[in-house]
Amino acid sequence: MQPEFLFAILLLAPLVGFLFNGLRWKSKNYMLSGSIATGAVGISFLAAVAIVAKLFAGGHEAPKAISVEFFRWIAVGGLEVPAAFTIDHISALMVLVVTGVGTLIHLFSIGYMSHDERPTKYFAYLNFFLFNMLLLILGENLLLMFVGWEGVGLCSYLLIGFWFSDKEKAAAGMKAFVTNRIGDAGFLLGIFTLFFLFGTVSFSEIISKLTGVVAETGWSGPMTLACLFLFIGAAGKSAQIPLYVWLPDAMAGPTPVSALIHAATMVTAGVYMIVRLSPLFILAPNALHVIAVVGAATAFFAATIGLLQWDIKKILAYSTVSQLGFMFLACGVGAFGAAMFHLVTHAFFKALMFLGSGSVIHSMHEEQDVRKMGGLKKYLPITHATFVIGWIAIIGIPPFAGFFSKDEILWETFSSPLGGKGLWLVGVAAAACTAFYMTRLMALTFWGKPRFDEHHTHPHEAPPSMAIPLIVLAVLSAVGGFMGIPHVIGEILPGHPGNWLEHWLAGSIAVPLTEGHESKIMEWILMGISVSIAGLAALLAFSFYIVEPKRPQRLAEAMPRMHRLIFNKYFVDEFYFSRIINPLVNGSRALWAFVDVNFIDRGTYLVGDFVRGMGATARTLQNGNMQQYALYISIAIALMFVYLLEAPKRLVELFGG
Amino acid sequence: MPINDAVSHVGLSHYLILSAILFTLGLLGVLLRRNVIVILMSIELMLNAVNISFVAFSRYSPTGNNDGQAMVFFVMTIAAAEAAVGLALATTIFKKFREVNIRYFEHLKG
Repeated sequence: MQPEFLFAILLLAPLVGFLFNGLRWKSKNYMLSGSIATGAVGISFLAAVAIVAKLFAGGHEAPKAISVEFFRWIAVGGLEVPAAFTIDHISALMVLVVTGVGTLIHLFSIGYMSHDERPTKYFAYLNFFLFNMLLLILGENLLLMFVGWEGVGLCSYLLIGFWFSDKEKAAAGMKAFVTNRIGDAGFLLGIFTLFFLFGTVSFSEIISKLTGVVAETGWSGPMTLACLFLFIGAAGKSAQIPLYVWLPDAMAGPTPVSALIHAATMVTAGVYMIVRLSPLFILAPNALHVIAVVGAATAFFAATIGLLQWDIKKILAYSTVSQLGFMFLACGVGAFGAAMFHLVTHAFFKALMFLGSGSVIHSMHEEQDVRKMGGLKKYLPITHATFVIGWIAIIGIPPFAGFFSKDEILWETFSSPLGGKGLWLVGVAAAACTAFYMTRLMALTFWGKPRFDEHHTHPHEAPPSMAIPLIVLAVLSAVGGFMGIPHVIGEILPGHPGNWLEHWLAGSIAVPLTEGHESKIMEWILMGISVSIAGLAALLAFSFYIVEPKRPQRLAEAMPRMHRLIFNKYFVDEFYFSRIINPLVNGSRALWAFVDVNFIDRGTYLVGDFVRGMGATARTLQNGNMQQYALYISIAIALMFVYLLEAPKRLVELFGG
Repeated sequence: MPINDAVSHVGLSHYLILSAILFTLGLLGVLLRRNVIVILMSIELMLNAVNISFVAFSRYSPTGNNDGQAMVFFVMTIAAAEAAVGLALATTIFKKFREVNIRYFEHLKG
């Protein structure tokens, strides 16, 4: 089939689903709406598979990228932007993850939203989100990506505030929207800078002009600036310090939304954007260093906050922020392939765990506090089994997916010329925290004794529509890591499997200009260290919450200030409110009361009064007195005669004719 | 001075001055009088002042052009029509207010 046709199906199927469900949004038939929405995304997934298959077909002859151009979108002055879409080796991964995981989550939603008041609206939003996400991924230029970028932000806002009658949830939606706006402003500035530098916004053209522009300017200052601006955008969308505060609050939305938008797809858009422009970023080592430090700091701080949360979704949310930090750390040390790898595996296991938590919450009648759970293993066997796989995957126990991707990031951080031992140490500490809080989550939710009234609450296992996505994602979380087996492990395995992902991405993404040189022994040692630390942290958490449940309490009492600080999330929200938001609000209010009222309002009133006064004066001329009208006519005619008789004479005088 | 002599001394400018005087009187009548009937009469006066100048121009035309005399007939026709409409208005005003004062037309103001 023609690529144009396939691209059209890929992009338009979710849009058609959105329109169909959006136009009958009042319907409460969740089965029909859900089936249409799931089918639309499923068709999209099949189209994506068909296109990606072309990249595989023909071995070395296969095209590096498949691009289509539908129409000329914007043409203003020197700016010419076509509505062009492309699938190369980077976006192929992303598009498969988004549509594939998206289909599973749509399917899960059918069961999850079965008791909701407005299921059709929900599915319409979800489809629209997918359409925008595809725009973001497939767009061949920064402007199309920006349209998708804003579109997913809008859908995120709509879905976080989906139960808007609850004021807190509506506020969470607004918080996400406003925080994202700050990042988007940075993204826009980045686009402007790139357009200024290269005169184009197309990815391929920017990358092909890179060396020329560097040679021309002789230094990478403007490039660094552009990269930092783009990183602000990425930090907003992907919840990095200092703009991460919206993501934990975003958990106010329905749980499948948290899985799809706030774990697997949208929040990874920032990482994707950086990987997409990796040849640009690699030329700005200073910007990369900022990204690495911010990523590592986010990974660690979010993980420590996760240690003490009680809300099951909040724990997962901070875990997501932390894992995104890992991805940025990978980008920052020039390991864009590792970032992409972790993006994919994270999408699998985090979507799995969010859906699992959704299943738990659903069965516990909207209870999210882990203190009121416990012992759910016997009630929810499927959810528990799949959750265990996700748990092993995220804490990095081989051979599950998270081990390969996280270890590659840590190894690259250690060995890359752009990385460093300090960053590696922070990464390992974050990984240890991850293992601890995930084990804590498992222990409090599934293991131990039930802490809810078993006579009143009867947790029930998820229906098939919810169980199937869990099982599929569990399988993916288990085997997903095999696409990126490190060389040191591949060598000793039978058949010597290579690092397929590295091979796949080679040529599409940039690598650091100088190779790191650390021995293979070192890689084995580091691998051992990170796995054993993760294991120890998991054991510690197990002993804390199962063997001796009194210990966390005692530890908290031993270090009250530390506990208070972390439990209250380092008071970051409070800090933002007291130092930034409130001064801004108060300042704006003062400006309104003084500048607006005294100058701007008064200015407009003056103009109005002047015009009205003129009108009032002119009105007295038209008073209905016929004789006065006759007088006007007479005077006017007399003046006309004077003019007609005098004007020729004056002309003659003037020009001396 | 014999009458014949006096007539032969009357030139175009005399007619035009007469016409201007009559026109001005008519205009003043229109602007100052309150009675609608008198105003209509004043308008008649202005039209006829114009007629005088038309005829005078025609009479003193060096080429013997008679267009001015023809124009007078048009003016008269228009004047007759105008008088008919004006008198009708005056009658209506009189029926309503028992007076033909021009200020009653102010009631037509929207």
